[in-house]
Amino acid sequence: MNLTLKIWRQKSPKDKGQIVEYKVNDISEHMSFLEMLDVLNEDLVAKGEEPVAFDHDCREGICGMCSLHINGEAHGPDRLITTCQLHMRTFKDGDTIFIEPFRSKAFPIIKDLVVDRSALDRIQQAGGFISVNTSGNTQDANAIPIAKAAADESMDAATCIGCGACVASCKNASAMLFMSAKVSQYALLPQGRVEAADRVTNMIKQMDKEGFGNCTNTGACEVECPKGISLNNIARLNREYLKASI
Amino acid sequence: MSGYFSSSVGRKFFMALTGLFLVFFLLVHLIANLTLFFGADSFNATAEFMGTNPVIQVMQPLLALGFIAHIITGIILELKNNSSRPIKYTKNNVGANSTWMSRNMIITGLMIFAFLALHIINYFIPIKTTHVENHYELVVGLFKNPIYAGIYVLAFIFLGLHLMHGFQSSLTTTGIRQEKYQKCIKTLGTIYSLVVALGFISIAVWFHFA
Repeated sequence: MNLTLKIWRQKSPKDKGQIVEYKVNDISEHMSFLEMLDVLNEDLVAKGEEPVAFDHDCREGICGMCSLHINGEAHGPDRLITTCQLHMRTFKDGDTIFIEPFRSKAFPIIKDLVVDRSALDRIQQAGGFISVNTSGNTQDANAIPIAKAAADESMDAATCIGCGACVASCKNASAMLFMSAKVSQYALLPQGRVEAADRVTNMIKQMDKEGFGNCTNTGACEVECPKGISLNNIARLNREYLKASI
Repeated sequence: MSGYFSSSVGRKFFMALTGLFLVFFLLVHLIANLTLFFGADSFNATAEFMGTNPVIQVMQPLLALGFIAHIITGIILELKNNSSRPIKYTKNNVGANSTWMSRNMIITGLMIFAFLALHIINYFIPIKTTHVENHYELVVGLFKNPIYAGIYVLAFIFLGLHLMHGFQSSLTTTGIRQEKYQKCIKTLGTIYSLVVALGFISIAVWFHFA
């Protein structure tokens, strides 16, 4: 298929940036979206032009590195996938596709479609962990009985890959779905309860410092999340923070 | 606790609490207004009760504070949220992932605020500053005015849309939401919003044409 791409090009963080139009031809419907961009970049390099910079790593939906706001949605129009799992069969011959970086004050653009998502790492570092002794005498995790429902819910929250689609989709550029997944995965387990109050307090403090917006429960994040993290986690985060503050 | 209310989550909690307080108030107000259907005597008795009952007198300044707090916090949050994405998307397919109501709380909110101002000028100030003998006549007189009745209907459409998202949103923010309650919360929110909006609208339409 032949496509028209409207891609955000920005030379550097300080550059103003603009949408530039490109044509790609003979794209196979079996290609992933990133492979289609690879084809474009090969064309650009062959013509002596600067290739489009975009993030990618594992290309199998695990690492959370690929971003991209495609035709107005984080990771494109399909559900429960990352951009590397988006296939060109989702589009039709002759389509025009808008490709923009994840936009948020907390995600400054580095180049073209590449944004700095280390704000999410700093939130994680502020409390998204449990302090356990790893010196060789670690207790067997299975020695602590955990209700199946709690273990399942915790695991569901832990599937968050920190890609930032929630921030990109939210009209307020809020990171609450990410935050709530990271808080929930520990809050639901006995090992996580010990530091629960400090964790949620410190992580929210960091989140606010990074310049993310406030959650207004529109639910856009939940729809666009490649891992289907539920808004129920946000309610849990709110409960945890209230409990920690009283 | 001071740290709590200066955080993003705490401010939202405050927004939700004041919202839920107003949700309760609207229901009381609607019940009072519905007595219009029972004729002048019962509505005048209701107005008399609202004007003299000590509990209502204590609640009135609290209600004013609730409104002011909800509006100011809402505007502060909106400004912060707007600044969190300084460069907007060229193409943003928001309809694919969220409802119009949830994205436009500030618009529906400001419309309700505009109506509130009109309502205070047209009804609340006259009854507080002058001795109104017949509340029924004053209210029904206002509904006879086509412009006022039109604005009234429009305002309550905005209110219904505001509540449609606000009701369930406040229960998420206050942490009441859980998987097992969510269906019930959504249904309850829709019923509540429809009852309140259609309740007030039916009064305006009935007395305009009656």
